Amino acid sequence: MGEPIIELEELTKKYGKFTAVDHINLTVHKGEIFGILGPNGAGKSTTILMMLGLTDPTSGSVKVCGINSTRNPLQVRHRVGYLPEDVGFYDDMTGLENLIYTARLNKINEKVARAKAAELLERVGLAVDPKKKTGKYSRGMRQRLGLADVLIKNPEVIILDEPTSGIDPAGVQEFMDLIRQLRQENGLTVLFSSHHLDQVQHICDRIGLFGNGKLLAEVKLNELQDKEHGLENIYNNYFGGGKSHE
Amino acid sequence: MNDNRNPFWVIVRKEVTDHVKSWRFIILIVIIALTCMGSLYTALTNIGAAIKPNDPDGSFLFLKLFTVSDGSLPSFVIFISFLGPLLGIALGFDAINSEQNKGTLSRILSQPIHRDYLINAKFIGALIVIGVMLFALGFLVMGFGLIAIGIPPTAEEFTRIIFFIIVSIFYVAFWLNLSIFFSIKFKQAATSALACIAVWLFFSVFYNMIINLIGKAISPSEMASTYQIISYQRFMLNLLRFAPGMLFNEATTTLLMPSVRSLGPLTMEQVHGAIPSPLPLGQSLMVVWPQLTGLIAITVICFALSYASFMRKEIRSR
Repeated sequence: MGEPIIELEELTKKYGKFTAVDHINLTVHKGEIFGILGPNGAGKSTTILMMLGLTDPTSGSVKVCGINSTRNPLQVRHRVGYLPEDVGFYDDMTGLENLIYTARLNKINEKVARAKAAELLERVGLAVDPKKKTGKYSRGMRQRLGLADVLIKNPEVIILDEPTSGIDPAGVQEFMDLIRQLRQENGLTVLFSSHHLDQVQHICDRIGLFGNGKLLAEVKLNELQDKEHGLENIYNNYFGGGKSHE
Repeated sequence: MNDNRNPFWVIVRKEVTDHVKSWRFIILIVIIALTCMGSLYTALTNIGAAIKPNDPDGSFLFLKLFTVSDGSLPSFVIFISFLGPLLGIALGFDAINSEQNKGTLSRILSQPIHRDYLINAKFIGALIVIGVMLFALGFLVMGFGLIAIGIPPTAEEFTRIIFFIIVSIFYVAFWLNLSIFFSIKFKQAATSALACIAVWLFFSVFYNMIINLIGKAISPSEMASTYQIISYQRFMLNLLRFAPGMLFNEATTTLLMPSVRSLGPLTMEQVHGAIPSPLPLGQSLMVVWPQLTGLIAITVICFALSYASFMRKEIRSR
């Protein structure tokens, strides 16, 4: 595996007495698709916010691309694309305009931004109706536009927080294929957070199992003996019985 | 145009575009323009009667365009003091919470920009819109007045009007900042709009009633000395001055009526021997200096509050 690109050391976040993230140590390498798997409230989103420097850790440190996210959040956010859960866009602008706006916030000049945005819209399959305002987009279309929005700044790392929630199964399949393609073509590192065991299993190289703010286990998928049920068994070990589906 | 401009100005530009295109703004500008034209009309029809012999303001005919009224329609100044808050509130009440509810806030803040860019740009964007609008209105009234009465304003009148417009911008900016503050504090845009309107109503309607009640309770007896009566008057006036509208009214009337020499009570002794003549602009500004600083101070305080609470806010997706 390549050089480490995301490094968490003893990362902790407390809200009052509640510990949302509890001493997490984790390293993600370049070119990996790393899955963060865990039930709701396991501390996945909080960990991601700290990686982006949007929330300060109570203790411990986060480094992305070798840069401390708490001290230099701007440099980190320049290199990292983040797709929040249930992403939103400016409803009265078209998809293209939304993408150009994001590009301009990343100091990309207008001409380059326009070309790049058009190319990305094509890529995520939204170029069919360029005049459509994002207010009229369906949930699945919004998520795809979100992916384009993340890519427009030429990131080294993309962080996807529950990107597939609320999309129909065919849409999920498409979305996952797109991510896999991107990794192959651009050598992106992908951090993929989800509570869907099967999705994570399909796409990721390595998985971190989160529960109650702790990193419970790290699993390398190609080292699992039982490819079909291996991960499920591990998951059930920690979270007991039942399937992981909601 | 500089193409690789700072992201800050990119956001400002978007904010201004959003405001100008929004229905809310179009409706407001129509209301305000109509009322201003209405007040201009009454001012023009009554301006002849407004000039009395020996009126110290007589040489400032042009300023009367902004202050004269026959009672059927309020003057331009009164309209601005009434509709200005509405304008500020309308441009700011959903500044932050609507972004949060649309899910755009976390997306924008995960871009490589400083967090305060967003809140500063929201303020500057709205301020630009307000400034352009008030200057345009002021100049329009001047232009129409010029055509109608045919007497050009003197340089002093012109500067007085410019100062009046600047004070109005600060006044509207105060309400803008207040509404931005509420938009950070309240999750629902409707709640923050209501909170702003509540504050506005409180100061424009209820505050005076409450002050009157207090005034009746503590009013000095008829036997009280002059000193007591004056200090009572001063106290009541200072209470009234806690309302931003009062500060604005005092500041603008002094600026637009050069004969106003003092905003507090004057004794006969002080007035004795004074010639009822207009004050030069510098002196008028001195009279309202406390009001101006007060107005600017509350504007800055409101902005500081919203800045601080926005920087501390934890940004989550919707």
